[in-house]
Amino acid sequence: MIYDFLVGPFAEFDFMRRALVGVLALGVGAGPIGVLMMLRRMSLAGDAMAHAILPGAAVGFLAAGLNLFAMTIGGLVAGFAVALGAGAVARATQMKEDAALAAFYLISLALGVLLVSLRGSNVDLLHVLFGTVLALDDATLLLIVSISSLTLVVLALAWRPLVLESVDPGFLRSVSRAGAPSHLVFLALVVTNLVGGFHALGTLLAVGLMMLPAAAARFWTRELTALVGVSVLVACASGVIGLLFSYHSGVPSGPAIILVAGGAYALSVLFGPVGGLLPRFLPQRHLEA
Amino acid sequence: MGTVLSFRNLTLGYDRHPAVHHLDGEVAEGDLLAVCGPNGAGKSTLLKGIAGVLSPLTGRIEGHVPAREIAYLPQAAEVDRSFPIDVYDLVAMGLWRRAGLFGAISRADRARIEAAIAAVGLEGFETRPIGTLSGGQMQRTLFARLLLQDARLILLDEPFTALDAGTMADLTALVTRWNGEGRTVIAVLHDFDLVRDHFPRTLLLAREAVAWGATGEVLTADNLAAARRMCEAWDEAAPTCPPVAGAAA
Repeated sequence: MIYDFLVGPFAEFDFMRRALVGVLALGVGAGPIGVLMMLRRMSLAGDAMAHAILPGAAVGFLAAGLNLFAMTIGGLVAGFAVALGAGAVARATQMKEDAALAAFYLISLALGVLLVSLRGSNVDLLHVLFGTVLALDDATLLLIVSISSLTLVVLALAWRPLVLESVDPGFLRSVSRAGAPSHLVFLALVVTNLVGGFHALGTLLAVGLMMLPAAAARFWTRELTALVGVSVLVACASGVIGLLFSYHSGVPSGPAIILVAGGAYALSVLFGPVGGLLPRFLPQRHLEA
Repeated sequence: MGTVLSFRNLTLGYDRHPAVHHLDGEVAEGDLLAVCGPNGAGKSTLLKGIAGVLSPLTGRIEGHVPAREIAYLPQAAEVDRSFPIDVYDLVAMGLWRRAGLFGAISRADRARIEAAIAAVGLEGFETRPIGTLSGGQMQRTLFARLLLQDARLILLDEPFTALDAGTMADLTALVTRWNGEGRTVIAVLHDFDLVRDHFPRTLLLAREAVAWGATGEVLTADNLAAARRMCEAWDEAAPTCPPVAGAAA
């Protein structure tokens, strides 16, 4: 019974096994990225970036149809242009990064809508918007897994400046020039992960697998490494539970996965030991020292 | 005794308005120099210039120590106190020059980190998240990090602001110790008693140098009154400053 419920769908159907591999790989990459975005106060930047990728992917779709290569390249180009442009403006001028990012992604979005309307065809962009985690082919799966692996390797290399720049940017500037390049590398990772995520979850929901687990993790630990661990765990668990939920109830899998992550966040807000609501209102005697 | 820094007709500022105006002078190796002056006198700006954070409008700073031998503690350190990192890891950042991007932290380095934490009196705080530290404990943590930076020139911008007497005494002792080791220390300070007691040399700044020399001769009533008369406000319609006759480039 429990076997049928939890393991059966994956044992029985190939597309469920592919979806499982896909969401686990996405979770492993998105977990640490989300934690760093949250700690760098860029929680909403991911959303902006997802909007920036959308027109690129749409243009790829218009040019070559439902073609993995064209849509990936389109998304990457649009995402990089916005991320690097906004990052460069923020570093070189007095403008803060959030304002620069807002400006750039809005331009990208408008340009995308314009390009799509120029073609005049009533194309089905639902795929780009909401993904197809239940229809991942070999090439897409390979792309997602490669992106996750690349993410972990790059993060391992750039971890020190990324953390240091988040804690004390002034200090990093005074001892090293690694701040700006590592920030740009990080933005590139965000874009790459979102592009990997949109094949499975769509551009807009892909951000959910990044930010919701990270936000949930903040309520369980004060320690950076543990934050990353909890975040990856929540992301992967949301993927698996979301897939099962979608399989058994027949709802679309992308939103189901993100809603499960949303549920994990809600539970964390309520019961999380680090600043959660319930611990805050439980009567606790104060300590001696 | 060599020279660590030479200011040549140095003007630093923002949007073409000078905050430090036509400063000339030299800082000798091993100097323990206090920079005093009213708010808006250009003290922090001068330190930013030395640290290389701000480029001169005109003139130049000739540094005779390599940039990596300069440690700089800004007035409002931009530390994100909500970041999940503990005292030990924050102090360990002082080893950046030694460890860099990828270098390992050796056993000897760990001993250095522990010694630095002990030197500022924070034993037992190693695993405390920085968000739980008091203002004084945070400043001790930042001093421990400076200690690890092992720099020849140390720049401190109002390092003792809002500290109690005990913390101030401990950290002043550390500054004196650094100086005893032959390091040059330049500190922006407002506490004239502290300056008279611990800093042999003083630069009294009011956009331009009012006086620069032995502390006793600089911190006189006349000089302080002159410094206070400095006008803080920018004049939006100020004419451009004519080149100083005979000034080097």
